[in-house]
Amino acid sequence: MPTIKFTYALKRFFPKLKDTPAGGRTLAEIFREIESSYPGLSSYVLDERGSLRRHVNIFIDGKMISDRDKLSDEFSPGSEIYIIQALSGG
Amino acid sequence: MKSTLLLGTRKGFIAYQFKNGKWGAENLSFEGVPVSIAYADPRTNTWWAALDHGHWGVKLHRSSDRGNTWEEVAAPAYPEGSEIKDGVPATTRYIWAMAHGGKKFPSRIWLGTDPGGLFVSEDEGKNFQLVESLWHHPTRKEGWFGGGRDQPGIHSILVDPRNEERIHIGISCAGVFETTDSGKTWHIRNKGMWADFLPNPDAETGYDPHIVVAANSDPDMLWQQNHCSIFRSTDSAMNWNDIGQKEGTARFGFAIAVAEDNPNQAWVAPANSDMTRTAIKGALVICRTDDGGKTWKEQRNGLPQEGCFDIVYRHCLVSSGDALAFGTTTGNLFFSPDRGESWQTINNYLPMIHSVQFVD
Repeated sequence: MPTIKFTYALKRFFPKLKDTPAGGRTLAEIFREIESSYPGLSSYVLDERGSLRRHVNIFIDGKMISDRDKLSDEFSPGSEIYIIQALSGG
Repeated sequence: MKSTLLLGTRKGFIAYQFKNGKWGAENLSFEGVPVSIAYADPRTNTWWAALDHGHWGVKLHRSSDRGNTWEEVAAPAYPEGSEIKDGVPATTRYIWAMAHGGKKFPSRIWLGTDPGGLFVSEDEGKNFQLVESLWHHPTRKEGWFGGGRDQPGIHSILVDPRNEERIHIGISCAGVFETTDSGKTWHIRNKGMWADFLPNPDAETGYDPHIVVAANSDPDMLWQQNHCSIFRSTDSAMNWNDIGQKEGTARFGFAIAVAEDNPNQAWVAPANSDMTRTAIKGALVICRTDDGGKTWKEQRNGLPQEGCFDIVYRHCLVSSGDALAFGTTTGNLFFSPDRGESWQTINNYLPMIHSVQFVD
C-alpha cells in the first residue's frame, strides 16, 4: 500500500496530519481514502473537478506527476507519494 | 455608529473595536492568508471569512464568538460539467460578495463569485448551491467578461429589505441584474449606463459597475461607482443617470457609500483614470454629494496630500451613522466621525485592504 506524505504547510489546517498509508488503483481513489482519515483535506489539494490545484505538486517516488488534470499517473504498492506546495507568493 | 470594523486584507482577517474614544485591534485571524471578504451577518452576529489561499484554493470559515474560534464550512463549488465558456471548466476562483437573505429567510445567505456564479445557501451557510438560472442566462457566455479579475465576477448583492425576494446584483463585466422571485428569473437593468470600452455602445451587457449599493432609507435609490463614471437610479435600477463630474474629481474610482439616513448623500473615493489607477496628484481625497450627485465636494482634511499611491477597492468605503471609514491598497485605514469633514488615521501599516464593514 503506498504511503502518502504531506507538506508541513497542510498541518496548519490538519494538525494531526502524518504519513498515511492509503490504498487504491488511482490517485483519485487514494484521495478518497485520505479524505476518510482527514475530512476536507482533498479540497485543499484538488479543486472541485478533482484536478490538482495550480500551486500544488504531487511527486510519485521522486518524479513529478504529469497529468495534473485527471491524475492518471501510475504508482506501485510500495510507492511514496509526496504532496507539496509550490514555493510561490509573497 | 457601529463600534466594530471588520477588514479583509491580503494577510488576514482583522477586527478593530472603538473603545474609550479610539480604535484598537480586537482580533487577527488567518494570519498570512488573503481574505477576500470579511463579513458579519447582522441577524446572528456570525462573522464570515472568505479566504483566497494562494495554494489551497477558496475556503469559507465562520465564527460565532467574534473570531475567537472558527469553523470551516464547504466552499461554494460549481457543479460537475459547468463551463465558463465552451471548453473552459468552471471552478470557484474567488468569493467577491456576501449578503444575508433577510428576515423573511433567516437561513439564507448569498455569495457572489468569480467566474460569475451566484450561490445561495438555505441552511445558514452549511451548503451553497449555484443559482442555475443566472448561470444559464443567455447573455452569460458571450456577453459577460472579466473586469478587475480575469473572469466575470459578482461583487454586489443587494437584498431589498421591503421584499427580500427582490435582489439586485452587480457583475464586472456584465452590469446590473435584478430578480423579484429569489433568483428564479433575471432581468437586465443597464438602461442609462454607458461603456466607452465596448465596441457596441448600445450593448445589452458588458458594463462595468465597480460596485452597486442601495440607500438604507430608500432602497429604490441605487448608486454605483462604475468604470466609466458614477451612476444613480431613483427607480430601483430601471433607469441609471450619469452623475459623475465631467471635469472634476468625482468620476473614476471603485468604491461608493451611501448615508444610512439620507438617500441623497453619498461618498466616492476618486482615483486617477483607469490608465494609471493611482491617487490623484499623489493625494487622497473623498468626495461627498448631498444632493443626489448634482454637486460634489472634496474632503481632504486629515488625509495625506502628497506621496500617495493608494486606491480604495470596491468594498472598502463604508458609512455608519455620522461615521465613515475606508481602507486602501497600500494598507492605510482612515476614519471620519463627521461624514468626511475630518479624517483620522487608524493605521498606516496594514496589508492591502480588500474589504471593510461596520458591524455591531
